[in-house]
Amino acid sequence: MRIEITELNWPERQELSFSELLELSGLTQAELNELVSGGAIAALDTDAAASAFTSRYNALALLRARTARRLRDDFDLNTSGLALALTLLERIEQLEQQAGALRARLTRW
Amino acid sequence: MKYKDYYTTLGVERNATEAAIKAAYRKLAHKYHPDVSKEPDAEEKFKEVAEAYKTLKDPEQRAAYDRLGTHPAGEEFQPSRDWEREFNSAGAGAGFGTGAEDFDLSELFAQLRGGRAGGRGARGGARSGAGAAGMALPGQDFEIPIELSIENSFSGTELELNLRMPEYDAQGRLREVPKSVKVRIPKGATDGQRLRIPGKGGKGFGGGRDGDLYLDITLRPHPRFRVDGHDLYLDLPLAPWEAVLGAQVEIPTPGGAVRLRIPAGTQAGRQLRLPGRGLPQPGGGSGNLYALVQIVVPATQSDAERALYEQLKASSNFDPRARFGEESGDAH
Repeated sequence: MRIEITELNWPERQELSFSELLELSGLTQAELNELVSGGAIAALDTDAAASAFTSRYNALALLRARTARRLRDDFDLNTSGLALALTLLERIEQLEQQAGALRARLTRW
Repeated sequence: MKYKDYYTTLGVERNATEAAIKAAYRKLAHKYHPDVSKEPDAEEKFKEVAEAYKTLKDPEQRAAYDRLGTHPAGEEFQPSRDWEREFNSAGAGAGFGTGAEDFDLSELFAQLRGGRAGGRGARGGARSGAGAAGMALPGQDFEIPIELSIENSFSGTELELNLRMPEYDAQGRLREVPKSVKVRIPKGATDGQRLRIPGKGGKGFGGGRDGDLYLDITLRPHPRFRVDGHDLYLDLPLAPWEAVLGAQVEIPTPGGAVRLRIPAGTQAGRQLRLPGRGLPQPGGGSGNLYALVQIVVPATQSDAERALYEQLKASSNFDPRARFGEESGDAH
């Protein structure tokens, strides 16, 4: 069976509602709400007063929420543990990017 | 189907306690979990570990597994009729289909769990919760690593992916089925980029929505260019006289060779920026290309060249280490 894909969007441009994020991530509503409220998963809205339920998200948030769900399932982490793990994973990612950027600037001889 | 030794996979004895099995799983999960591990083949190893743990952590499933007997890992075997009768009546539905050529031990135990998804796809499809046939079940998500060249990233590319994707059969059981997917990668996809293609994962069942396809992009190391986001870095070797006198040199870029003016007196280590000659950016525009100057000297010199260098040495009062004196003076 062949599928022709004609369009492939950047995750930054794919907007999702809370309920879509909830369904696609596999997290529970309470878990997702806590991760968003605690800042471990970012909403697009910059208004600090906006509720997690009414905010909009992009697919980058979905990728983080899916990581949270895998970590929950595979390590039996509670929400606090998930928030900490997501924050640390993001920090590692940033450091790896910095290391990659420095490596790119190093000449080879 | 091929026998898998789940105890060996977890590194425990067959009489290990539940706590020992859990501890062994945790240790291996920390080492191989794809979200936290940098081990080579972590994905595949974690899949094996998770499959073993999923069966051995459940006392009923563990008992069923133990009743299959012991076989050398990889040996072809079939569960006995007694085994099929006993565990089939325990609620696995309309037969296991264990005779199918590509039937896998993980599928057998997934069915034993009542049809719940056992596979993780290439990486973690695993929205669990599928139940008995007749329910609406969402299709499996599927995550796949993609390696691109810098040229692919610069121009965009089209890839044909031949996947084995978990999909539901007519009875609502998950089976891996071959699927060919053609994907257009937009230009500017760079290292670490993850792309989501909604609805192009496994087909849903009974009206459930189709799963998503996720692509994890990495860029293949390039012999000339190094990548930082959408910027590219290139080593630019110059002869001493080019660095001193200035020059026009031709340098490669992903979009084709360009001429670059080297200013007179260019020092080694200087970055010469070529705006917009890096990789395209998703929001429009492009990153930059940076040429990193290296001053190289010929490995061998002719007599004439050597004579010219001697002449230069005699006539120049340039001291490349003048600062050494200043710095040591400061230190004391």
